[in-house]
Amino acid sequence: MARIFAYVTHKNGVADDSALELAAAVRKIDPAAAPTAIVTGCGIELDTVCEAIRLSFAEVWKIAGDNLAYPNAELVRKALVQVLPIGSIVLLPHDHFGIDLGPGLSIKLNAAFAPDVLGIDGVEGGCLKVVRQEFGGQVSAHVRCDLSLGVVISIRPGAFKALETVPANGTMVNKSSGVGTLESGRRYLETIIAESGDVDITKHQVLVSIGRGIQDKDNVGIAEELAEALGAAVSCSRPVVDAKWLPKSRQVGSSGQTVKPKVYLACGISGSFQHLAGIKGSPLIVAINKNPKAPIFQVADVGIVDDILEFIPEMTEKVLEARGAKTR
Amino acid sequence: MEILVCVKRVPDTTENELQLTGNDIDRDDLVYSINEPDNYAVEEALQIVAKTGGSVTVATVGGEDDEEVLRREMAMGAKQGVLLSDDAFNESDGRGIATVLASYVGKNHYDLILTGVQADDGAAQVGGMLAAMLDYPFASLVTSIEALDGKKLRISREIEGGNKEMNEIDLPCVLSIQTGINEPRYVGMKGIRQVASVEIPAFGAADLGLDTSAVGAAGARVNRTDYFVPALGKGAEILQGSREENIDKVMELMKARGGLN
Repeated sequence: MARIFAYVTHKNGVADDSALELAAAVRKIDPAAAPTAIVTGCGIELDTVCEAIRLSFAEVWKIAGDNLAYPNAELVRKALVQVLPIGSIVLLPHDHFGIDLGPGLSIKLNAAFAPDVLGIDGVEGGCLKVVRQEFGGQVSAHVRCDLSLGVVISIRPGAFKALETVPANGTMVNKSSGVGTLESGRRYLETIIAESGDVDITKHQVLVSIGRGIQDKDNVGIAEELAEALGAAVSCSRPVVDAKWLPKSRQVGSSGQTVKPKVYLACGISGSFQHLAGIKGSPLIVAINKNPKAPIFQVADVGIVDDILEFIPEMTEKVLEARGAKTR
Repeated sequence: MEILVCVKRVPDTTENELQLTGNDIDRDDLVYSINEPDNYAVEEALQIVAKTGGSVTVATVGGEDDEEVLRREMAMGAKQGVLLSDDAFNESDGRGIATVLASYVGKNHYDLILTGVQADDGAAQVGGMLAAMLDYPFASLVTSIEALDGKKLRISREIEGGNKEMNEIDLPCVLSIQTGINEPRYVGMKGIRQVASVEIPAFGAADLGLDTSAVGAAGARVNRTDYFVPALGKGAEILQGSREENIDKVMELMKARGGLN
């Protein structure tokens, strides 16, 4: 079996949650594997992260460099290519960093590439068997990756449950000297923090969340009416922001807000994993969608196959009726 | 600026309920369209050349059926469509597709190459692979592009929590474009008719000087063996009542959760 590596991302001296998820994914490839963590960065933050993840990995490779302070995937790729042995199995998180790094890394390592993997069925006949999703999560696929020249795998965040930490007390190896001068035609400038919007959807107990099924900017009003009747706020999925029907601050998902309501009414939302990643705290999820195959029905508590353009106004009426009856 | 946009024709999943047949999805009666992020990439390219001059070329790897998406993007304003087509390209994995595109780029000159962030397989891989093959810098999930001079761009990338990562990137480079970067222009039937008879050149493996063992099924190291619908876990309890009954039930559940008083 080839050597297995997990690239650990971190921020402010703390390893990302994905680190332990990658360790769990490694166990699915080979339960007996002793994976190596690779961490790049600089200074005391890097040392803190390396020290912390020694508990979960048999070995930790540290690559320190002044220009690795911010994780520019172009520079990280150049560093990794210099230290990784030929034929390695390399795991990354499938997030904005992994999407940046993975494809190019696979080419430069001359390895196969398996992106956005959410299941691993072990190794058979020199192939790693993985599970992916296609067509917006409507169907899954069994995929076989040729391991003969190694493979780069990006792991969907949340798909593998982090294992209880097995005290590994891993060995620290400083690989910094194996990496020459790193330069890239892409230079990180700064991070611009998202502007807060008119409504803070993270503070609401009930969200009326709309997706592509709302169909037109003029229909957003029906969701606002229901939200008003419920004392809720209107949030949305990515297509609604892309179409400029609602501001970015209303978007739930990995590239938007993380919300923790008591009730989440998903109206005309298909339920991509990026969207679901923004819903925390196990709310009651009610999905209303015309398409009975919409992936949202796999995660919702209650599903209704219906046209939201008719369902929402009727629900608004019923809520107002119930409220009216109470105040009388 | 000369810009190449790599596009793909995909089943429109918002219009189709997918069914499985054998090891594939049932492709009869599917509604196909341009991959949505690719359409944003073409619009972005058109907006850049409107400012800097130059022209936009759209290319796809596929067959005759795929010409329709090239014509659609030409109706938007792309000057040229290019079809990269050969039986040897069938069943390529992401690396194979990137190899075909890299060989085409090697025979032409482009200052900037754009792709959509991902297509129907959700892999988000071809742009980054193409860049690595060409030794061009790459950035994914791009949400704005500003041409600084003829030599570099200032771009933003979408990162977590709605934050943006700003970068400067040298030309030539490859960028994968995130949806929402612009508002793609409308394409009417009139526009489509105007480009209906424009010739779209097709290039095969021999034209591109490609070793066919590096592409298609022969070069693929990643193979999809079948599609399946995963056994539903808990799954949603699907309410089967009338609309009125369903609304009552939802309100009752909301009350139980303290979400309605």
